[in-house]
Amino acid sequence: MAGSASQKWLVRSAGLQACLVALLLTGLRAQSSVTADRLANAAKEPQNWLTYSGGYFSQRYSALNQIDLTNVRNLEQKWVYQGAVAGGWQTTPIVVDGVMYITQRPNDVLALDPKTGRVFWIYQHVPSPEARVCCGSNNRGLGILGDTLFMATLDGQLIALDAKSGKPLWRTLVADPKAGYSFTLAPLVVKDEVIVGVGGGEYGIRGYISAHDAKTGKERWRFYTVPGPGEAGHETWRPCPPNSATFCDPDAWKHGGGSIWVTGSYDPVANLTYWGVGNAGPDWSADQRPGDNLYTDSVVALDADTGKLRWHYQFTPHDRYDYDSVQVPVLADINWNGGPVKAMLWANRNGNFYVLDRITGRFLMGKAFVKANWLSGFDERGRPIQTVQPEGSPTWPGNQGGTNWYSPSFSPRTGLFYVSAWEDYATIFAGTPIEYREGQQFGGNASRPYVAVPGAPAVGGGRRGPINSWTEAAGHGAVIAIDPENGSHKWKFDMTDVSIAGILTTASDVLFTGSNEGYFQALNAKTGALLWKASLGGPIASAPMTFQIDGKQYVSVVSGLSLVTFALRD
Amino acid sequence: MVLALLAALSTVLASAQDIHPADYPRADIEYGARIYAAQCSTCHLPTGDGIAGVNLRSGKFRNVSRDQDLARIITSGIPQTAMPPFKFDAADVAGIIAYLRNMNTFDPASVKPGDGRRGQAVFEGKGRCATCHRVNGRGPRSAPDLSDVGSLRSAGSLQRSLLDPSSQMMPINRPVRAVTKDGKVITGRRLNEDTYSVQLIDDQEHLVSLTKADLREFTILKTSPMPSFKDTLEADEQADVVAYLLSLKGL
Repeated sequence: MAGSASQKWLVRSAGLQACLVALLLTGLRAQSSVTADRLANAAKEPQNWLTYSGGYFSQRYSALNQIDLTNVRNLEQKWVYQGAVAGGWQTTPIVVDGVMYITQRPNDVLALDPKTGRVFWIYQHVPSPEARVCCGSNNRGLGILGDTLFMATLDGQLIALDAKSGKPLWRTLVADPKAGYSFTLAPLVVKDEVIVGVGGGEYGIRGYISAHDAKTGKERWRFYTVPGPGEAGHETWRPCPPNSATFCDPDAWKHGGGSIWVTGSYDPVANLTYWGVGNAGPDWSADQRPGDNLYTDSVVALDADTGKLRWHYQFTPHDRYDYDSVQVPVLADINWNGGPVKAMLWANRNGNFYVLDRITGRFLMGKAFVKANWLSGFDERGRPIQTVQPEGSPTWPGNQGGTNWYSPSFSPRTGLFYVSAWEDYATIFAGTPIEYREGQQFGGNASRPYVAVPGAPAVGGGRRGPINSWTEAAGHGAVIAIDPENGSHKWKFDMTDVSIAGILTTASDVLFTGSNEGYFQALNAKTGALLWKASLGGPIASAPMTFQIDGKQYVSVVSGLSLVTFALRD
Repeated sequence: MVLALLAALSTVLASAQDIHPADYPRADIEYGARIYAAQCSTCHLPTGDGIAGVNLRSGKFRNVSRDQDLARIITSGIPQTAMPPFKFDAADVAGIIAYLRNMNTFDPASVKPGDGRRGQAVFEGKGRCATCHRVNGRGPRSAPDLSDVGSLRSAGSLQRSLLDPSSQMMPINRPVRAVTKDGKVITGRRLNEDTYSVQLIDDQEHLVSLTKADLREFTILKTSPMPSFKDTLEADEQADVVAYLLSLKGL
């Protein structure tokens, strides 16, 4: 479709936007409050990075263009902030009028000078020892409204901080850490409310999304991702068959999972907020929870004022693979069958790329972007036709998925969707019945990785040592550029190791991403050609972001324990 | 958490090392006496000899001699005994220690405790403290935020701060005056500094980072901009303000 009239309109529109941006950048904004209006129009002030994904549409695309295809090779490191604690660092900073705010493990918040990395203040919340997290003391970032920052903590609290001083303004306990509830996501601020969702999908939680008054923390609404009796969708937690030969849990819905651990999106015109919902609990012992298990592994579209469900689409009904659907919902206005559509683009952990109508929830397309043998296709309503593999046989994609929580990107200039994918990676799935115990792991796992040689190292969810002993034989990473109009691969950039790094694109058609191997790399967003790379040492488990101060564009990324910031040579 | 408390304690107790009982600030002793009465006297009795073999009024302790050791026992307890760990903050511990060191001579009945509510009124009214200081999200940011000052500073330090502000000003908070090469004057409160740069919150409440090489002048003032209240607040009013500040324990 490249070169179509509508595609050209997209490009022209992006050009106009760039002109507006240039005008705005000539006068640097003094430090001022972040209004709801500014958040809704974040794309118009690309010198800042106001939300986790850069804007409500979560495209992780910036209209900045100073760093371009020709000069990107002249990037140089401007500063490094060395994090104080060990462990993966998955956060994305925000930048507001010349100040960068970032979280570091476990629940610290720092204000930094984005030109030098020097620290203005630090706030340290020590999570309760009761906090339980399956996969590391992660925190992915902050929300902001006015002069107030919002952080959701590992021990189930939502804390508001004064952005000028780091002093707490209020804190509220949202979820019980003893029962395995936690927060690892960056809150989403919409109008005058702060929206969060609970993690704990490996602890048998009953997930929910809640909105809180930004002034007080008081809960405004709550949407349970596992509906209770009498609520629509509860029927998908079917009763146990009489005399079931295997263990069946009659109360499965009470600890049915549906965690929320990555920030959602928002369409201000439709007033809908979109959230990806995590796996059903227990993760792998699916037979003990009969039914589709809504709204696990789904995207839910909620009225932002009331939390009422407007529509949903379930990517993996009755999940037996831990295919969380917590990916960032990317909103984009694209062409579909010759006309415009308000779309949602989604590369799912289950290995398929989806296009949905984000107003109605209508399924427009599903197509595998990596090898996927758990389904053979989709029926006319978009329900996957599942092909459960024989016992002992590998399932593609493997447990960590064809992708996961790593931020994708959509460039309105190229019209392409970019995803960090895992290829040639499989798991031999098996579930073990498990009874729920509050606060204890609730996975039911008897799966094993599929490896070429018995006993060979397998790709894990965590980091490997300095030697890539799992090699390409266990799977490898790639950045895949997908044309949303037909799901085809426009180009692919292969890496030897898998990657959990997110992706940033800019108005100069530069794509930034990282890798497990510690490379920070810039690609041509149109062709996938490597333009530049720097070895930062530590694995990159975050997504790059960009901002501009005093006429200079910067790009920041976290590698290992270091926040590293680049700009063009002076 | 424990490390953080000990770090804070080392700050407030630094002036209390190896000094004569009479050198402990009266504000600390008075504050400690009130905490002792509320938290410690159930077991130790007001006379300090409620536990067999322990006489707190004697000024001698079986296991410890230094203030830091006393602080550790108060906050950590003594295993296998009835002495539990207490969740006191640095100001509380400083007060209790000051009182214990003076228990033999100090008469708690002589204490006329400050009134925190009256102190808040003075803070926001006559004292005009709220024109510079911020508390719990209200007020300007030009001076340090005091929302948790009652857990960080001892009563004695707060009292002295009212009388001689510069003597108690944390060096990191010192005022900065900078003039850029093009003549722009920037004044504010220091937040951080290194060899090449300084970070401050300026008088317009902007977080500002300055590169020293870009400055024509750079001065760090050692005098606090806060006035002394020695002559402008009565002793009772000072005690009330201290009581109010001690009640500010943060969120």
